[in-house]
This record gives sequence, structure tokens and C-alpha cells, in this order.
Amino acid sequence: MEKFNILTSIAMPLDRANVDTDAIIPKQFLKSIKRSGFGPNLFDQWRYLDEGQPGMDNLKRPLNNDFVLNKPEYQGAKILVAKKNFGCGSSREHAPWALEDYGFRVIVAPSFADIFYNNCFKNGILPVILSESEVEDIFSIIANNSAEKMIINLPNQSIQFADKSFKFDLDEFRKFCLLEGLDEIGLTLEQSDKIKAFETKAKQNTPWLF
Amino acid sequence: MSESKTLYDKLWEQHLVTDNDDGSSLIYINRHLIHEVTSPQAFEGLRLANRNLWRVNANLATPDHNVPTTDRGKGIADPISKLQVDTLDQNCDNFGVQEFKMSDIRQGIVHVVGPEQGAILPGMTVVCGDSHTSTHGALGCLAFGIGTSEVEHVMATQCLVQKKSKNMLVEVTGKLSSGVTAKDVVLSVIGKIGTAGGTGYAIEFAGDVISDLSIEGRMTMSNMAIEAGARAGMMAVDDKTIEYIRGKDFAPSGDILESAIEHWETLKSDEGAVFDAHIVIEGESIKPQVTWGTSPEMTIAIDELIPDPDNENDEVKKTSIINALKYMGLEANQAINSVSVDVVFIGSCTNSRIEDLRAAAKVAEGKQVADSIKQAIVVPGSGLVKQQAEQEGLDQVFIKAGFEWREPGCSMCLAMNADKLEAGERCASTSNRNFEGRQGQGGRTHLVSPAMAAAAAVTGHFVDVNQI
Repeated sequence: MEKFNILTSIAMPLDRANVDTDAIIPKQFLKSIKRSGFGPNLFDQWRYLDEGQPGMDNLKRPLNNDFVLNKPEYQGAKILVAKKNFGCGSSREHAPWALEDYGFRVIVAPSFADIFYNNCFKNGILPVILSESEVEDIFSIIANNSAEKMIINLPNQSIQFADKSFKFDLDEFRKFCLLEGLDEIGLTLEQSDKIKAFETKAKQNTPWLF
Repeated sequence: MSESKTLYDKLWEQHLVTDNDDGSSLIYINRHLIHEVTSPQAFEGLRLANRNLWRVNANLATPDHNVPTTDRGKGIADPISKLQVDTLDQNCDNFGVQEFKMSDIRQGIVHVVGPEQGAILPGMTVVCGDSHTSTHGALGCLAFGIGTSEVEHVMATQCLVQKKSKNMLVEVTGKLSSGVTAKDVVLSVIGKIGTAGGTGYAIEFAGDVISDLSIEGRMTMSNMAIEAGARAGMMAVDDKTIEYIRGKDFAPSGDILESAIEHWETLKSDEGAVFDAHIVIEGESIKPQVTWGTSPEMTIAIDELIPDPDNENDEVKKTSIINALKYMGLEANQAINSVSVDVVFIGSCTNSRIEDLRAAAKVAEGKQVADSIKQAIVVPGSGLVKQQAEQEGLDQVFIKAGFEWREPGCSMCLAMNADKLEAGERCASTSNRNFEGRQGQGGRTHLVSPAMAAAAAVTGHFVDVNQI
């Protein structure tokens, strides 16, 4: 997993609440047995005017030019800003895979659905929770100047955007894993003795579970 | 400090391997359910890191999302779907995981199959790469959906790194009125607390209405805890839970069963246990529900009008209502029972168990699917549910009424197989999500109970099942 430290980028505003993972990556693309290549189908049904299917040449498909992802001023954005309850619905990790494959490393919103929030960290994406009014401030700044660069500082847990600065909360462990780009399975396996001890005791107390 | 614990507190403590310094914990997982969509990348990850499954027999697999619900003899027509199911078969064979393959009568929707086999026991921690894993909380389990990285993590370590959630009690008091089912109750709960109302919480459903529900009904409710934002929903163990488990293939028997029962009977919240949030809903106040919008919280009773965005003060909600009305092709203040339906889908991990099929058949018996309905399909949750329904003659009731009787799978709930809506088609669906495009691009989903879906099928529009 790619390490995350400080990121500077323009921000793309997605003015919607309850953006669900079916919208982020529709089910027909979940048939892939790979982890990569989902970026061209991110927000597929909002982004294109036709119905997307796996294997299509996405460069030849008609674009919905009203959708923010297709607006020229936001090309190259690594930060997505949205309204509350982002990532609700299905547990599909294809959603963060698609966001990451497209190029997003940070999602800013007033709240996230639990499973999606958790999945982000496994894929080097930083989900940032700010208050609703702070998110409104960000939308206003972008509306004034879409070329404004946002600076996300993970070590300091801070955001600098135009003349505003924000602080955000984050679990220590998740922050550590993002900063170091760590493999969580390897870390857990270092605790194998504890897991085995737990199993030995559980086999005695609750043998029907084994 | 009170020593009283909630059910969730108990389940958490009983599976705690160790607390980490940063406030996270390592939690032991008893049962891991696997399907074809969220597992291939996890198996691949194990192979690349040269890792094995920590405890092979903790895993149980079945293909469900991509499988055809028509003639199985023809195999899977879509080559990409076929590759995904074949990959599951190969991975399970290579790693030694027990799998109910497509040709096995025990195959079905993973959340129907697990409990049906007794592979889910009270007091277990249960995970699956599927958000509707919350279903299994109905048996007194801590059960929640995970992403593919965590699928790989639990395969390799039998554990997950988790932070403890807060406790929420949703109490449904009194009795349900005629025609009101578990589905209507859970939609009402979601309508009341919102799709993010349960975020960060584990929900325990309790109260007389929950005690009166069958285990199948309880599963319908805990299944949709995730639609209220809660990763886990659960119910206390009672006599019904224990009777449900008894005699199932994977369940213990003899002396071990007796000591298991002794343990299971402790799986309830203690008197005086403290919850961080407490919601009370009167059972008598709940009417049959129909969702009108593109989020499960957009639900109204069958005798109500579709909301008017002009009456909403919250700007975010107002925008959501306007967007939803446009997508759904509906007008503000329209009566929901005036809305006609094109397609009826009875199935999904929410409502495809035998009780659901019985409820729908009872409404459909002796009637005909309305001429205006293009398609009405019934998709049992598993091969065994299908067999049971056929033994009871339910298949004939449906077929005579003009429904199609299908093979088991997830089907039109998320339309990964061939069963899907065309753009603009309106569906009365017993599934769990009415998101844009969920049942097919441009498709319009209204979530209802099995009885309400059957009622819509025979009249051609939404109608109070009590008027049928």
C-alpha cells in the first residue's frame, strides 16, 4: 500500500448526501476477479449517458458533461468533497478500489458509512470527517475558485484551504498504517501466540464452536 | 458503575483476543461466510503472500450473486459471471473450504444458507464480505459485513482489528396490526432514525413485537440494520432461537448441545444494562410500508402521500427529495396506492425464506397477476427453501397465479445475474435497497414486504394487503 503523508491538490465538489457504493461502482463491474482497473467506471451511471458494461471501450462512451467528474476544471483532483453519509450501502471494497484507481487519495465529508470508512484505510485512502459547516465552507471556496489547492497534512491531522484551516480526528492505529503503508495482516500475525491462546481457552469453554 | 451488560457487550468480551494500545481490539471470528463477488481478490492476496487459511473449517462458501435463477442445466451464460463462480469453486477446492456449489441443493443466498444449515450458532462472531451479514444477529450473534481486505485478514488470522461500537436499543412495543410484518417494522425503524441513524452503533432489537416474531422475521429485521447505518443488528436468544437451531446439520447434539444451550440462555442484555441510545416504537402505530424514493429511509405507510420537498426545511434533505422524485418518476403529494407497478420481485436475503413465500402465496392464492404486470418472479433463498415450498405446494400457487418460479440466488435484488429491470420500469421488491440503478440502470425500486409485493402483483398497483 502506498504511504500517505502530505498531499496537495485541487478538490472536486460532489454536492450529494447519501452517496451509496452502488453509485460509486455499479454491480456489473463487481464481476471482476481483479483489484485494479475500476477507475474508468467510477460513478459510471452518473458519469456516462449510456449503460456501462464490463469490457466496453470507455473512451468511446458519451459523457454526461453536467456531472462534476467530467468538468475540465476538476481534472486531476486527488481530493473529493461530498455531503453526509458518504459510502453507505453495500460493503463492496470495489468502491474504494475505484476511487483510488481514478486517482482520489482523500474523501472529505461530514460523515461516512462505517464499512466504507474502514475499507478506505486498507487502500491508502484518507477519509476526513469535518463538521457540516466546515464542509459548506469548502464547497464555497471551491465555488469561488476551482483552482484553489487544498493541503492535507496527515501527520498534523490538518487541512489548509485558501484562508481556512481545519483539524480532523483520526485513530492512531489507522494513521500509523497509512503513514507507513503497512500490511495489517502481517501485524496481526505477530500476535499469533495470543490468538492461539484464545482458541485453546475457547475450545474448552465453548467446544461447539470448533 | 453498573455491572449490567448489553448483549453486544457480552459478545464483544467473549471474543476479545487482546486490546491494543490505540483503543482498537483484536476480535476472534467464529464463522466466515464466503461468496464469489468479494472473495477472489482475498484468495489471490493469500496466494501472493504465501499464506494459508488460519482455520479452514471456520469458512463456508456458496455462490449466490451471479448464479442464474432459470434452468441451471445450461450453466452461466455471461462469461464474466461464469469466471467469477468458477474462480470461487477453484479457490475453495484449492484451499479446502467447504462449498455448496451451484448444483448442490444446499446452495442459495449465503445469508439464507448459513442459518438454515446450523452453521450460524448463538454467541458466534460471524463475518462475510457482504453488508447484509447483519442478518445473523437474529440468532444472538455479533455479525457484520466486511470489505475484501478484511476477508483476507480473517482468512489468514481468524481475527479482525475492530473498535467497539456504541449500544443502541430499538424497542418495538405492543402488537402488530393485521398485514404488518417484520419488513414493515424495520422499514419504519429506518424511516424514523434515518439511513445513518445507526452509524457507529450496534443495534439490539427488543420488545414484545420482536419476541413475537419468528426467527425468519427477526432475520428480516437484523438484515436491514445496515440500511439504518448499523453494521450489526441483533436479538436476544430465547426458546425460539434454540428450537430453530436444534437438529440442524452443523448444530451440536447430545451433551454438547445441552451445555451449549446453558451458555446460549445467557445471551441477552442484563436487567439495567445501559444503552447509548434508546428508540421506542409502538407496534400498533406501524402500517404496511412502501418506500417511494432512492434511499430506504424514504418510506411511507400505504395510506400516505409522497412527500413534498416544499415542506422540508433542511436543504440537504430537500435536494435529496427533489432528486429522488425525479429519478423515481413520481409527483409530490401523490398517493402511493395510486402508483402502478411493472415488475414484482419476491426474494433476496431479506425476504426469501419459507415464511416469506408462505405469506406471499397466501395473498396470491386463487388470484391472477394483473395484465399490466410485465413480470412477477419468486426466487427462493436456497435450494432447500425451494424444496420445502414445493412440498407445501406453494410453487403451484404462484405458477397458477402467473408468477415465475425460479432457482435460488440473489437475483434481482442487485441484478448481477440476468434478472434486472429495464430503464424506467417500476418494481415492487421484497429486497433491501432502493438505490438508483440497484436493480438495473434506470430501474425504479419500491421496497415492500412479501405480502405487499404479492398484493401489488395481483392488483397492478400498490395497495394495502388488508384490502385484498
